[in-house]
Amino acid sequence: MDHFPTNWGRPRYDGVDLYNTYPLHVRQDNARDAFDSAVQRTRQPIVTGTSVLAIKFKDGVILAADNLASYGSLARFKDIQRLHPVGSHTVIGAGGDMSDFQYIQHELDNLIISEFTSDDGHKLGPAEIYEYLSRVMYGRRSQMNPLWNSLLVGGFKDGKSFLGYVDLLGTTYTASTLATGYGAYIAQPLLRKAVEGRENKLTEEEGVKIIEESMRVLFYRDARSLNKYQVAVVTEKGVSISESRESPTEWAFAEKLRGYGAQTQ
Amino acid sequence: MADIYRKSGFDFSNTVRNNYLGAKGVRLPKATSTGTTIVGCLFKDGVVLGADTRATEGEIVADKNCEKIHYITEAIRCCGAGTAADTEFTTALISSNMELHALSTGRKPRVVTAMTMLKQMLFRYQGHVGAALVLGGVDTTGPQLFTIHPHGSTDKLPYVTMGSGSLAAMAVFESSWKANMDREEAIALVAAAISAGILNDLGSGSNVDVCVITKDKTDMLRNYLMPNERDPKERSYVFERGTTAIKKETIRKFEVTDEVITGISGGDAMDTS
Repeated sequence: MDHFPTNWGRPRYDGVDLYNTYPLHVRQDNARDAFDSAVQRTRQPIVTGTSVLAIKFKDGVILAADNLASYGSLARFKDIQRLHPVGSHTVIGAGGDMSDFQYIQHELDNLIISEFTSDDGHKLGPAEIYEYLSRVMYGRRSQMNPLWNSLLVGGFKDGKSFLGYVDLLGTTYTASTLATGYGAYIAQPLLRKAVEGRENKLTEEEGVKIIEESMRVLFYRDARSLNKYQVAVVTEKGVSISESRESPTEWAFAEKLRGYGAQTQ
Repeated sequence: MADIYRKSGFDFSNTVRNNYLGAKGVRLPKATSTGTTIVGCLFKDGVVLGADTRATEGEIVADKNCEKIHYITEAIRCCGAGTAADTEFTTALISSNMELHALSTGRKPRVVTAMTMLKQMLFRYQGHVGAALVLGGVDTTGPQLFTIHPHGSTDKLPYVTMGSGSLAAMAVFESSWKANMDREEAIALVAAAISAGILNDLGSGSNVDVCVITKDKTDMLRNYLMPNERDPKERSYVFERGTTAIKKETIRKFEVTDEVITGISGGDAMDTS
């Protein structure tokens, strides 16, 4: 029963306090819609992916991302594929909230299906996917309900490579080397040094080597990474996402040192 | 007389005042921060330290060529990141104390002594002295390399980086460091790490300083690399001939031909009779 006479005869909202135990002077705002509290806005990412890396090389682009989806500091899901092919010319890689990424994957798959059914002789290339994603991301940000991701869009169409970055704020950026998350601080210096100025001379093996080196350094220094990652290569031949691979690591570099200061034994 | 009323332990009475001022909207004075990329690495014969040379005050570059590798003793140097005043004064104080200590013990100073003095002082100030240091040197026990964080914790490692550019520099170290490098390799690696910080971090910039410390001597290579040199000032802004292209040429002669006849020889003279 409702103990407060000022609420009798007025619309009731049972969503929160079933026994209406609020003090009299703090009467509930019952004019609000019952579904108000059910509408959720993304305030924080829950299950997250870490960095994604990408570079341009002579014949196309290479992307890489590890197979981890973390739940805060727990390494929860260790076999997630964070690289997703879109059509036959593009791959997108995502860091950030994985549920929002799954929604984006679904939307893009629907886009490709309706493109297929329209059968108009045109195929959606990386530039179109990039433009579409940037509009979606900025639109969601403007409603204060972002898709909490940082995405890399890479592809090859009509003889030209494409590489772009879109994030939860709708920021867009293209360059010949890209990295999201911790990769921007750790891997980007290595990628830039190796690639900038030489995009048209870099071969696929060299490109994959640089990416593998960067993924190794990221595993050393990013506390939310995993030593199991995939590499995607997009050329005129199409999209190919590799099987999961592991980097060789060296942990005995300070074997002879003891303690953290004056200790010698 | 006031001593008997002084309480033991840390005195945090100013925090009440600071909180009050903060609530009133008074902002803390902005300290000059060194932004910074500093690194150190062990090699076969000793230790190599490196640093960039930019000092920032918020978003402004306060000093384009400051020196971040400080002198502790002849064979011990310390790179400093964080608040510039803190690193300057802390390293100067410990350098002075090390000299006195060496004279008192009669022995060559050791790196662990400087490290212990620094960490005990920084811990005493509970992190309020914003000095993040890379301490390296060679003493009778061999080459040593330490990092000291503002709260007083230390790490002993074969290669270290500190400062806002530390991630960029550490990426270079993690991909290329190996044990027992020779001198040239170590200098090249340190210069590459600092350059990565200079190019990719906005808090670091200008030049690369390198310091090589071995058993026999210490080489301070000030401005070892200068990748950001300013173009020379022209000082003269005269336009050369030909700066403006000539598109059409027309010549009009203004020569006037005037025939003047003076003095008619012969002919009719004036009749003056």
